[in-house]
Amino acid sequence: MSAATIDTVPVEETVVVKNWKNTIIFGVLALVALLLVAFKAPHNDVTFRLSDGITWANIPNLTFSATAFGWIAILVLLAIAALSAVQMNSGKKLGKGLTAVFWVFFILFILVWAIGSAKSSEVSLVNLLSGGLALSIPMIFGSMGGLLCERSGIVNIAIEGQLLFGAFSAVLVGSITHNPWAGLLAAMLGGVLVSFLLALFSIKYIVDQTIVGVVVNVLVSGLTGFLFTRVLQPDAQNLNSAPKLPSFEIPVLSQIPVVGPVLFNQSVLVYLMYIVVALIWFALNKSKWGLRTRAVGEHPKAADTLGVNVNRLRFTNVLWAGAVAGMGGAFFTLVSVSSFNADMTAGQGYIALAALIFGRWKPMGALFASILFGFSLQMQFILSILGTAIPAEFLAMLPYVVTILAVAGVVGRSRGPAASGQPYVKG
Amino acid sequence: MKLELRQVTKRFGDFTANDRIDLVVEPGTVHTLLGENGAGKSTLMNVIYGLYEPTEGQIFINDQPVNFKGPSDAMVAGIGMVHQHFMLVPVFTVAENIALGAEETSGGRLNLEATRKKIREISDRYGFAVDPDAIVEDLPVGVQQRVEIIKALVRDAEVLILDEPTAVLTPAETDQLLGIMRQLRQDGKSLVFISHKLREVREISDEITVIRRGKVVGNADPSASTNELAALMVGKNVQLVVDKDQPHLTDQAFSVSNLNLVSDQGVPLLKDVNFTVRGGEILAIAGVQGNGQTELTETIIGMHPKATGSMKINSTELLGLNTRQVLRAGVGFVPEDRSTDGLVGSFSIAENLILDLFDRKEFSSAGTLNRSAIAQNADHAVQEYDIRVGNKYDAASTLSGGNQQKIVVARELTRDLQLFVASQPTRGVDVGSIEFIHKRIVAERDKGIPVIIVSTELDEVYALADRIAVFFHGELMGIVPNDTPRNVLGQMMAGATYEEARESVPATDADLETTTPETTGSVRADKAEHTADQSVLPWAEGDTP
Repeated sequence: MSAATIDTVPVEETVVVKNWKNTIIFGVLALVALLLVAFKAPHNDVTFRLSDGITWANIPNLTFSATAFGWIAILVLLAIAALSAVQMNSGKKLGKGLTAVFWVFFILFILVWAIGSAKSSEVSLVNLLSGGLALSIPMIFGSMGGLLCERSGIVNIAIEGQLLFGAFSAVLVGSITHNPWAGLLAAMLGGVLVSFLLALFSIKYIVDQTIVGVVVNVLVSGLTGFLFTRVLQPDAQNLNSAPKLPSFEIPVLSQIPVVGPVLFNQSVLVYLMYIVVALIWFALNKSKWGLRTRAVGEHPKAADTLGVNVNRLRFTNVLWAGAVAGMGGAFFTLVSVSSFNADMTAGQGYIALAALIFGRWKPMGALFASILFGFSLQMQFILSILGTAIPAEFLAMLPYVVTILAVAGVVGRSRGPAASGQPYVKG
Repeated sequence: MKLELRQVTKRFGDFTANDRIDLVVEPGTVHTLLGENGAGKSTLMNVIYGLYEPTEGQIFINDQPVNFKGPSDAMVAGIGMVHQHFMLVPVFTVAENIALGAEETSGGRLNLEATRKKIREISDRYGFAVDPDAIVEDLPVGVQQRVEIIKALVRDAEVLILDEPTAVLTPAETDQLLGIMRQLRQDGKSLVFISHKLREVREISDEITVIRRGKVVGNADPSASTNELAALMVGKNVQLVVDKDQPHLTDQAFSVSNLNLVSDQGVPLLKDVNFTVRGGEILAIAGVQGNGQTELTETIIGMHPKATGSMKINSTELLGLNTRQVLRAGVGFVPEDRSTDGLVGSFSIAENLILDLFDRKEFSSAGTLNRSAIAQNADHAVQEYDIRVGNKYDAASTLSGGNQQKIVVARELTRDLQLFVASQPTRGVDVGSIEFIHKRIVAERDKGIPVIIVSTELDEVYALADRIAVFFHGELMGIVPNDTPRNVLGQMMAGATYEEARESVPATDADLETTTPETTGSVRADKAEHTADQSVLPWAEGDTP
């Protein structure tokens, strides 16, 4: 039969599906920008202060007309939207580079427009960025915790609970011992405790993972709320005022203009975050543990037939996830403020989950998605300080609106770990 | 390495999947386990591979007793397995898949280079042509299977278990696999080959052990005739013939023209499909699974609103209608996977029998189901279709595959049809039910409506078809008469047109494998062999419990 053998080389030809979604989004956003400038033109020049935190030189401020910038940005946006329409019509897709350019210009446009329309239009760029980075810390740790779970096939809705219990444990232990490091350790253990519940019920007793996660969140919220009013508040002096984790500058690096003070003049928790993200990235992509974790998240049975203990690996990963998310919880009570408040995480655990999805279940993706959300939080604070015309309620919605837009609109269908949410039962 | 099983028994609760099995596999031989689906072959292999622990009995390797706590123990002992459903992580590269579980590291860092080297070595030695850095899901099925084999060889397997390896392969790929198996045998490996395709079994085996209902019922020589083997497997002499006359074509017609379907990712799933099925004939669609047949049936039933082109029953356009409207237009549909698409497992038998009829006047009025009518309908169907049920209010999931399938068929044939489409109508169905379902399909054809059957089993295609359409990569390679030789069809299933396939098949080969020779006398003889095959080959690739 050798004569009858046909070499079938699979030719993966693809046809571009005409999908006008992006083109329409681009067009609408460009029009929104046009209307904003046409009818609500910003009346001030915008000034970005670049010199903060730099001692060796005096960097001049960056000042330009917000309206002029607005028109330039609108031209770019309209051009890209039009190009996208032309391309799509002839069956091609817009390049990734131009798509990125569009979003960068749109975000810059909104930023400049909002600042230019405010009462005071001078902003410290360093403050804007470093605050954004700091605010994204709990979400970064949270999404890393989510990542450790999801990549091994467990849905982690309980990030919120891990953050909250981490924050609570941190303040309690930190206050009693007067040692923020003990508080940080307690935060990690608190996260592990919450994770243990998730792991026990979802892996050992095969309860639906989403339901366990939600129940755990409600439990943690209720428990910490109760303990807060009954235990912490009556003796706030001794139990609800933890010393903060130290902040310090990293010599030389922190003197790089703008970037230095943003990245290298931060709380020690930020530096820990760099290490944790790098470690997780390396471990997931380059180590034996990472290969097994990814296999268990994609095709647990295949891993099992090769001698990988699926449920044990999942269990330990979920516990690790708790430790990582717990560190994020410590941000609330050891970095941001020094005391606990009921439900102070305010849904950031869920935003962390969204960041994980937006970042396509990858460490770097989740990192940048979290930073985007943290940045929108910071924007909200800065704009209200500057005295913007936008009502405060709308500003408070900003991070959540960005989350919804990002996850629903921009991501489209990103592919998660295939076995995520599916319990593994042998046989 | 010699593998021996003595009195191995595996029970799941009350159910005995393997009953005191004795088996000896000598080094350098291919030992075939032959049996129907559900006979307990896969369970037995999972016992050998350490996925299940035997309830009783003992496994010996080179006459030493061994106890496996898990697959890793079996691997260490030199047993490798190529699973029926590949145990490969689709998004991993070949090297990552093979390294998994036996990773080499240097300083905490995964060292895939060592794995790549081993893959290249084995690949060169056996002529596998596998690229270590290819992503598994991009590879053709035949190559994925080779990755599975490499996975076992990298782990120094001396005994290789191949669980229904040919189920997913084209005929050409099957021949390549048999070649690989011969090479492995030459190298002194022991191979355990599981199959119910008698042709291959007779070609490759050194020894054959036949299993029926969890017991060894006999050993056979590879020279045994197909009929003898079939009889051993099924436990009785099988003379299962699908009786059908020449088709009487009617004016009814289902015609598909320029049908195109593109996936959301831009991959074409159906490419310019054109065909017409006349009333009174069965068009069987052949092809290896995943070549567009599923999409074609789903498009007909209205599940792909983005499809373009035209599908007409007589002059009624179906494309653009939703599923309910398509059903109303008189299309009967048996989906390929009854457990996910055909039935609601937790619903009762009676309820499943009216799943797409519930809104008819006789079954519901004013938003309320008419329970007595539903019960009557169930009684009627159970009797007419010989559905073996304890109680019509039992959950459908409690029935055997054959009886479940009869529920689906009964429900679809209750309506007055203009077109009947059945996808894998007898997959995972017992012999008795196959005969029954085939008769009903032929009866439907003889009523004068167009019938489309999709089957990945050539034997079923030959048994039912008046004409055969072959699909490859979403394209219709051609529609050929039902006496087209098997190897010509095989070539078409691998992407050749009818003309190309005819040319590339050497005359002698074609003569040897022609399914329906010219003379009427031998037609009958050949038919008999076919049907024997078919009765024991329930073209069913389902897992045993």
